[in-house]
Amino acid sequence: MLQSVSDFLVITKRQLLQMIRIPEVLIFATIQPAMFVLLFRFVFGGAIDSGVKGGYVQLLMPGIFVQTVAFTLAATAVGLAADMQKGLIDRFRSLPISRSAVVIGRTVGDTLQNVVTLIVMGLVGFLVGWRPSSGPVKIFFGFLFLLAFGYSMSWIGVIIGLSVREERVAQNLVFMTVFPLTFLSNAFAPTTGMPKILQYFAEWNPVSTMVAACRELFGTENIFGATANSWPSQNPILMSLIYMFLLVAIFAPISVRKYVRVSK
Amino acid sequence: MKSIVAQELVKSYGKRAVKALDGLSLDVEEGTVLGLLGPNGSGKTTTVRVLATLLIPDSGSATVAGIDVLKHPDEVRKVIGLSGQYAALDETLTGWDNLTMFGRLYHLNSTAAKKRAEELLEKFSLTDAARRPIRTYSGGMRRRLDLAASLIVKPKVLFLDEPTTGLDPRGRMEMWGVIDELVKGGVTLLLTTQYLEEADQLADSIAVIDSGKVIARGTADELKNQVGGERLEITVEANQITEATRLVEQVAGATPSVDLGIRKISAPVSNGSASLIQVLRLLDEAKIHPLDIGLKRPSLDDVFISLTGHVAEVVIEPELGGKSAAKRK
Repeated sequence: MLQSVSDFLVITKRQLLQMIRIPEVLIFATIQPAMFVLLFRFVFGGAIDSGVKGGYVQLLMPGIFVQTVAFTLAATAVGLAADMQKGLIDRFRSLPISRSAVVIGRTVGDTLQNVVTLIVMGLVGFLVGWRPSSGPVKIFFGFLFLLAFGYSMSWIGVIIGLSVREERVAQNLVFMTVFPLTFLSNAFAPTTGMPKILQYFAEWNPVSTMVAACRELFGTENIFGATANSWPSQNPILMSLIYMFLLVAIFAPISVRKYVRVSK
Repeated sequence: MKSIVAQELVKSYGKRAVKALDGLSLDVEEGTVLGLLGPNGSGKTTTVRVLATLLIPDSGSATVAGIDVLKHPDEVRKVIGLSGQYAALDETLTGWDNLTMFGRLYHLNSTAAKKRAEELLEKFSLTDAARRPIRTYSGGMRRRLDLAASLIVKPKVLFLDEPTTGLDPRGRMEMWGVIDELVKGGVTLLLTTQYLEEADQLADSIAVIDSGKVIARGTADELKNQVGGERLEITVEANQITEATRLVEQVAGATPSVDLGIRKISAPVSNGSASLIQVLRLLDEAKIHPLDIGLKRPSLDDVFISLTGHVAEVVIEPELGGKSAAKRK
């Protein structure tokens, strides 16, 4: 047991080392969401009448945070696909380490990267007017929620990464799926304008429940949600917890199984 | 004692039902080197992957260092080292980072992992490059580091899958030197190669593999003898071919084959150097001065052709994905 923990920590440490050895990767991974913050804040911020105190940026930040952590899936998938392609996964599999060490190490490592990204985004958000108003405890839980969501999404990334085995394929695949998922939600605009059927989809979308939950935790009224009056939009925190639990409960065991049997 | 035993291994890939292994059996005596020789797609890599616990065969059984590969893969992983076809390292990290990471994954403590990394970098002449990221390494350096990574805990059985494929001649020579050293240290080694010369150079015995089966087994000499003994070859001026052919036939006692294009006459001989001297004397008496003359032992290329009926063609192995096939020299 202790050995397994030490194994996955070595793998996680490898990712932290990568961040130190090639800081560009982390810098770009952080610049992109920060740029999104600025673009949405100044391009849409003026056009969308938010009707909340403090303006559109209060609604935007939880949306962009959730979008960013949802993309942990991409980081995990691309990272693992690259390791597959280079034969590194084979080497790990030939070592006397626990069968879950590599995938746990990877998901934890990607989550740690999110910590850095979220800090930078939060600071950029603050600079352009984001003022969470719920007090330190709730704000802390808000960020914890985001990290937990990123971690759960990461497990889907494991399966994609180990299945496609090629970095570029992984990249295209996840962008094609995660982008629509983050936009078919209440993250950036009210769901009111969508056709009824899409409204239901958008409100059951885990991205939406997460965004709604974060808006609640950061102290902003979620005026972009709940247009279809669905249950998840009424109980976003509970629904998000259920989603996260399901993601990990379903995909973690499949991932480990996949890793054990994966072979080029 | 046998360190590696594989019995009747069968493995098909996917829907295409291509049999990568088709009843492959082999064994390797402890402390010796077996060269698994065959063209790409013949099943070499699949064999290594099964023995190194990475791939489960459809049927058959195998033991490594006396441990059942299918029943106790975890135990097998503790005693093997594997260095694959392309350097399986983290390119973004330094050589040092990689070796200490693998050391920790072999459950050395932090101090021991660092010490071992130091030793191995020294041993493989990589100390100067230790703090540089792998992506700045040459092909030869990557391979050496990859090999170093497979030696962190002294393995009982080492698998090297095409250790020199894709290396330039200098890199290949260096790698041969390194492997030679290892072998002297007494490790049991299974080495795959598509270079006939490499198997000859490094292996105690050779198993020739084609279409997922071992089709011949023996030492390099034994295999060469299967094809036939030495041949006497001489090259002369075009107008002297007829006369020279008659003289060669007289010595060899068999009809020589003549290649008019390159003016080369060759014939099998039983008593190599004596025949050579005799032919030289006869040629001299006949005032024929050969442009080139020599005894040629059959190469493993000849062995391969005579065993399989085709040359060791290089095709892209389907399971290799994007990797381009290395050219055979």
